[in-house]
Amino acid sequence: MRARTFPLVLLALFVVAVPLSADRRSDAKEQVEFGISVANKGLWTEATSRWEKAVEIDPTYAAAWNNLGIAYEQGGKFEEANKSYNKAIQLDPNNQLIRQNYDLFREIYDRTKRRRDR
Amino acid sequence: MTVRSAVAIASLTLALAVSAACVSFYEIGIETPIQAKLDTSPFQRVLVLGFVAGGTKDVDVNSETVRLLRSQLRTKSNLKVIDSDVVSLVDVVDKLKSNVGTAATASPASTSNATGGSKDDAKSEKDLESYDSIFADVAYWKKLGEEYQAPLIVTGSIYFADINKSGIVERPQEVYDQLGRRTVVSVRQWMDRKGFAIAPKFIFIDGRTGTQLYTDSYREETLYQSTQNTPALSSYFELMDRLVPGFLNTLSSQKIKSTRVLLK
Repeated sequence: MRARTFPLVLLALFVVAVPLSADRRSDAKEQVEFGISVANKGLWTEATSRWEKAVEIDPTYAAAWNNLGIAYEQGGKFEEANKSYNKAIQLDPNNQLIRQNYDLFREIYDRTKRRRDR
Repeated sequence: MTVRSAVAIASLTLALAVSAACVSFYEIGIETPIQAKLDTSPFQRVLVLGFVAGGTKDVDVNSETVRLLRSQLRTKSNLKVIDSDVVSLVDVVDKLKSNVGTAATASPASTSNATGGSKDDAKSEKDLESYDSIFADVAYWKKLGEEYQAPLIVTGSIYFADINKSGIVERPQEVYDQLGRRTVVSVRQWMDRKGFAIAPKFIFIDGRTGTQLYTDSYREETLYQSTQNTPALSSYFELMDRLVPGFLNTLSSQKIKSTRVLLK
C-alpha cells in the first residue's frame, strides 16, 4: 500500500510545485520588465526596488540578480553589486552577458578596493 | 498595392513583432560614481608647488606637470588653484643640504625661488629616492602652508625617461585564402621598440600641519616601432592623459561612464 502511494504523493507534489514556481517566475518577470522600462528612463531608484522585489519573489532568477547588480553599481553600492553579480553567475554560469557585465564591474571595483586597502 | 507587396509588408511587420518579443537583453548606459580618495572639505585652496623630477632632459617634466595639473584642477575641482612660481624641489633639497649646520630649517621663501628643472645632470629613478626626505620635512611644508594661507599642497616626484624594449611581439595579421576569404591570425615577430615611461608619485600635504595626507603612485609606458620618431613632449602628454583621471579622483568624486546589459 505504502509503495503504491509514494509515487502518487511525488506526482502530486510535482503537479503542485511546477505551476507554483512558474507563477513565481512570471511574477518576478513582471517586476524585471517594469524595472527595465524605468531604468531606461533613468529612474534607477524605482528600478532597483523592482529588481529587489523580483529576487525576493524568485531567488533563482539570474537575470534579476544581474540587473540588480547593475543598479547597485550605478548607485555606487559596490559590495551589494558584487554579491548580486556573483549570485547571477552562480545561477547561470554559462551566460556570457552576465559575465561581461561582471568583468566590467570588477575593473572598477578592484581599483576602488585597492585604493581603500592602501 | 499589389497582393505581393501587401504580403511582403505583413511578413516584415510579423518578423519585427516576433523579434521585438524575443529580445531578452537591453544595452544601457550607466555612470558609476567613484568617491574622492581624499576629504578636501577643510581646504579652499590648492597649491601645486613642484616636483622632484628626473629622467630625460628633453622635457622640463617639473614645469609641464605643474602646469598640466593646475589647469586640470582649475576646471575639474572645486578648489581655488594658487598661482605661484614652479619650485624645483631638487634644488630646494640641495640648498637645504648645503645649509645644514648653518640653519636648522631653511625658509621656504629663500629656497623656493628656483623654477623649472634642476641644473644638475638628469636624475635616475634611484637618484630621486634620495630626495624623498623633503616630503617628510613637516616644518618646511608647514611654513610654506602659512605663506599661502593653509592650502592643500600637491607635490611628489616624477620620473620620465626613454626606454628600449626589443623582443618578440604577438600581433594580429590578416590572411586571405585561395577563395579570397579573410581570416586574422596571430603572428609572433621580433621587434625593436622604443618609447617612454613615466612614474609619478603624487603626495598631498596638509598646509595647516605640514603632514602628508595621501600618496598615490603610478607607472605607465608607451612603446613605438624603432623607426617611428615621436617627440618626448607628445609622449609625455599621452602618458599623463592616462594618469590625470586617477589624480583628479583623489580630490573630487568622478563618474565612470560605461554600458551594461540588462536581462529579461
